[in-house]
Amino acid sequence: MAKVPVQFTLNGSEKAEFIESGTTLLHALRDKIGDMSPKGACHQGTCGACSVIIDGELRLSCLTLAETCNGAAIRTTAGLAEGGVLHPLQRAFLDAFATQCGFCTPGMIMAAKVLLDRTPNPSREAVVEALSGNICRCTGYEPIIQAVLTAARANSQNAA
Amino acid sequence: MSLALQTFSSVKDANAALQAAGTRYLGGGTLVVRAANEGDVSVSRLVRVTDPGLSQIAVSGGKIRLGASVTMAAIARHPELAALAPAARAVGGPAIRNMATVGGNLFAPAPYGDFAVALLALDATVVTEDGELPIETFLAGRDTSRAVVTAVSLSMPKTESFRFLKISRVKPKGISVLSIAALMQRTADGTVTSARIALGCMADRPMRAKAAERALLGCKLTPEEIAPALAAAGEGISPITDPIASAWYRAEVLPVHLGRLLLA
Ligand SMILES: Cc1cc2nc3c(=O)[nH]c(=O)nc-3n(C[C@H](O)[C@H](O)[C@H](O)COP(=O)(O)OP(=O)(O)OC[C@H]3O[C@@H](n4cnc5c(N)ncnc54)[C@H](O)[C@@H]3O)c2cc1C
Ligand code: FES
Ligand code: FES
Repeated sequence: MAKVPVQFTLNGSEKAEFIESGTTLLHALRDKIGDMSPKGACHQGTCGACSVIIDGELRLSCLTLAETCNGAAIRTTAGLAEGGVLHPLQRAFLDAFATQCGFCTPGMIMAAKVLLDRTPNPSREAVVEALSGNICRCTGYEPIIQAVLTAARANSQNAA
Repeated sequence: MSLALQTFSSVKDANAALQAAGTRYLGGGTLVVRAANEGDVSVSRLVRVTDPGLSQIAVSGGKIRLGASVTMAAIARHPELAALAPAARAVGGPAIRNMATVGGNLFAPAPYGDFAVALLALDATVVTEDGELPIETFLAGRDTSRAVVTAVSLSMPKTESFRFLKISRVKPKGISVLSIAALMQRTADGTVTSARIALGCMADRPMRAKAAERALLGCKLTPEEIAPALAAAGEGISPITDPIASAWYRAEVLPVHLGRLLLA
């Protein structure tokens, strides 16, 4: 099948690839570009492990065709740490033991990031709502909710 | 994967491309791409339209026009669409709502189609290049519809006359056991003068509870007066069975939830 060009920024750097038409963004990111942070679990939109941020909005990369992302700004968990220093959300997930097998973690962190970008000081209910499309089989969710609330507090202290 | 995507700037060209066998329109992709991921080979080509008009929301003179590519998230956060927000927020989780479109929801088979249930109660009009259809007629013929839906239009409901309820087992996000939308006009003393009630999961697509609508006329919304409407709610339904609930269960709880909605 004829290949089609796609071009977008991934965590701020330009990417251009030739892909087969109909390729999902998840497949393009992992198998073409080599960003392994979005995880493929259900490929049905149910688990949220493949969540990425496209133009500031949370999306499921398993249900997004890569061609529809031409010109977009895509962010993944792999781009969060700066100069070897973990993002406050990553730090909080580690400290709160909010990651066990880790498979859900990048998706959880993406969902939490869009929340904190818009609502720096969210209520517990807002955190639960923001993570409601993401499934975790290990932690029982409570440590994840606590980690997001902790990261939010760390953010607002830095800002103060 | 043998799926190819064709992108058009105009609806007209997309309509022509949609005539080919195995071709389907791509909205947000939450159902069609999922089907392809699952191994559904009945679709080999997807068609999409980039016309920005399809993503527009227009509210003026008591009328709402939602472009077919408008997402549930865009409706939920729109300051003038508070009446529709509960139905839009009922769809999926945050990422799904950022992708799921109005157009796609019109085609979503039960247990999906929560937003279409609201549109059915609101007597929306479905717009294609061939013309406009009342949503009830559109839903009945949707399996053979080959034209791109470009928009839906509807009258802005008064907040107090429109009610929506979705029942699911997982909070805050879950698939419908059922959903109900009701548009009712009432006199100053609370007597119902008109009622349109739409149900989700009570058939393979949203349907009206016409017997219950008739039974409500002239009633006040009290437990005694709505009893005949609740008894009639199940007329003509054939609920779906899926991992969430059996048809039997859905039929049993329908009058209970309709009662709660009417008495709320
Ligand atoms: C995890 C998950 C949870 C979900 N939860 C819910 C829920 O709670 N409630 C609910 O109602 N739905 C739910 N859905 C189903 C789905 O996301 C929604 O119904 C959504 O609105 C479908 O829209 P879409 O744009 O993604 O459709 P697509 O997948 O793009 O399209 C669906 C169908 O409609 C056709 N179509 C789409 N747009 C047009 C158009 N403009 N003209 C002509 N044909 C068109 C397509 O060809 C296709 O056949 C869920 C889906 C997933 C994966
Ligand atoms: S892999 Fe995309 S939602 Fe599960
Ligand atoms: S840490 Fe294992 S799935 Fe969440």
